[in-house]
Amino acid sequence: MNQWLLHRSTKSVVFFLGCLPVLWLGVAAWSDQLGANPAEALVRSTGDWTLRILCVVLSITPLRVTFKISALARFRRMLGLFVYFYVVVHFLAYAWLDMGFELIDVGSDLAKRPFIFVGFACLMLLTPLAATSFSRAIKWLGGDRWQMLHRLVYVVAVLALVHFFWMRAGKNNFNEVFVYAAIVAMLLGWRIRNASK
Amino acid sequence: MLIKSNASGVEHVPPSEITPKTIYEDRRGALKRLALGVSSGPLAALSSGHVHGQTSQVYPSPGKLTPLAARVATLDGGVTMEKPTAYKDASTYNNFYEFGTDKADPSRNAHTLVTSPWSVDVEGLVKRPGRWALEDLLRLSSLEERIYRLRCVEGWSMVIPWVGYSLAELIKRVEPQGSAKFVEFVTLADAKTMPLVGSRVLDWPYVEGLRMDEAMHPLTLLTFGMYGEVLPNQSGAPVRLVVPWKYGFKSAKSIVKIRFTDRQPATAWNKAAANEYGFYSNVNPAVDHPRWSQATERRIGEDGLFSKKRKTLMFNGYENQVGQLYAGMDLKKLY
Repeated sequence: MNQWLLHRSTKSVVFFLGCLPVLWLGVAAWSDQLGANPAEALVRSTGDWTLRILCVVLSITPLRVTFKISALARFRRMLGLFVYFYVVVHFLAYAWLDMGFELIDVGSDLAKRPFIFVGFACLMLLTPLAATSFSRAIKWLGGDRWQMLHRLVYVVAVLALVHFFWMRAGKNNFNEVFVYAAIVAMLLGWRIRNASK
Repeated sequence: MLIKSNASGVEHVPPSEITPKTIYEDRRGALKRLALGVSSGPLAALSSGHVHGQTSQVYPSPGKLTPLAARVATLDGGVTMEKPTAYKDASTYNNFYEFGTDKADPSRNAHTLVTSPWSVDVEGLVKRPGRWALEDLLRLSSLEERIYRLRCVEGWSMVIPWVGYSLAELIKRVEPQGSAKFVEFVTLADAKTMPLVGSRVLDWPYVEGLRMDEAMHPLTLLTFGMYGEVLPNQSGAPVRLVVPWKYGFKSAKSIVKIRFTDRQPATAWNKAAANEYGFYSNVNPAVDHPRWSQATERRIGEDGLFSKKRKTLMFNGYENQVGQLYAGMDLKKLY
C-alpha cells in the first residue's frame, strides 16, 4: 500500500479527484442540469463538498497510524487546501448568487443570521491555515506554533457542523447532519484517545 | 393649482416613465390572449362535462393529466400579469414533507398517493356538517383560473395558474355558526403511501388554519388544478388550499377535513417551531426568519443563474386586497 501510494503519479490523481466536484458542478450549471433552483443547488453542494473533504482530511492521521500507511501524509496538505478551495467557492456562490455581490447585504446578512455568521467564521478561521500551508511557513512559525495554529481545523469542523445543523433546524431534517456529526465525532474522538495514551 | 409647462406648452413624460415598446406589446398580447381565451375540452372524468370554460393559455399546457377547464377570474388580484413559472419547475420543485424533505422528493415519490375516491369532511361549528365527495365539491361552484404569485418562506417564489373557486363558496354553503372564528384544514396522513408520515419531522397529520375572515376572503382559493389540468400529486392533489398573500406552507395540500372552531388551530409548523413559524405567516419583507431573509426572493426559472433576486412585496403584493384584514395588528408580533 505504501509503495503504491508513493508512486509519482498519485498526487496528480488526488488533485484530479479533488477538482472533479467543481468541474462537474460547472458543467451541470452550464447545461442546466441543476434543477429548478440552480443557485441553491450550487450553494448547497459546494457546502456539502467542503464538509466531505474536511472529513477526508481529518481521517488521514487516524488511518495512517492505525493501518501504518505513512504515505498517506503526502496528501494531507493538498486535501487541506481543497477544503479551503471549496469553502471559498461556497462563500462566493452565496455572496454572488444569493446576495448579488452586494457587500453591504452580505454584511447585514452576517449580522442578522447566526448560521451564516458561523459559516463565515469557518472561512475566516481556515484562512490562516491555508496561508501557512507552505513549508517555509513551518520554519518561520516553528513546528510547535505551526501545529497549534493548524489545530484550529478541529474548531472549524465543529463550527461547520453547527452551521449545517442550524441550516436544517426548524425543518427538522437532521439525518445528513447526524451522519457527518458521527464521522467527525469518531475522528476527533480517536485523537483525544490517542493523545491521552 | 400650479401647472408646470415648458415653452411649447406641452407636458412631456420623463423618458423613464415611458413603457418600453416590447413590454407594451407583450402586455397587449397577454391581455388579448386572456380576453379571447381558447375554448378547451370538457373536464373529462371529474366533472362529467359539467364545467366548460376558457383558459388563458399564457403558458404552454403540459398535457400530462386530465384537463380542468376554467373561466379566467375577474376579481381584483385574481390574475397577475407576471410570467407563469414553467410547469416542469412548478411540478418538480415542491415542499410536501409527507413524501420527503428534499424539493425533488415529492415529484419522485407522490405517485403512490391515491386520489380517487376522495372526500372532505366538513365538521365543527357549522350548521351543515357532512362529507363532501370530490365530485360534489367540483360541482359546487364554477371553476376559475387564478394566476397567483407564490412565495415560499425559504425565499423562493413562483407564478402559478391555479384552477378552483373561492373557499368562501363552500363556507357559505355549510353555514358556519356565529361562534366559529377559525377554520382548520387537516391533510391526509397515510403511513402506507406517504414515506415520512411516522417520522419525527413533523407532528402528523399536517394541520393548517385561517381566521374566518381570511378564509372568507375571495382570493383564498379552494384549488383542484393548475396549468389547465388537475393537480399533480406532488402539488396537493386532488384538493388543496391556496392563500396567495401568505407563505406557501399555509396552503394545505391534499385536504381531507375542514373544521370550524372558536379557537386558533394548532398548526403543524407553529407546533414544530413557534418562534419561526407564526400562525399568520403573512408574507412580510420586514420580518425575517432566523435562516431565511424575507427581504428578497428568487423567482424560480427567471433569467439566468446570476440574475438578481427580487424584492419581496408586503403581503406578497396583495396588500391592496388583504391589507385591511390586519389593520391595527402588530405584524412583527403576530407574524
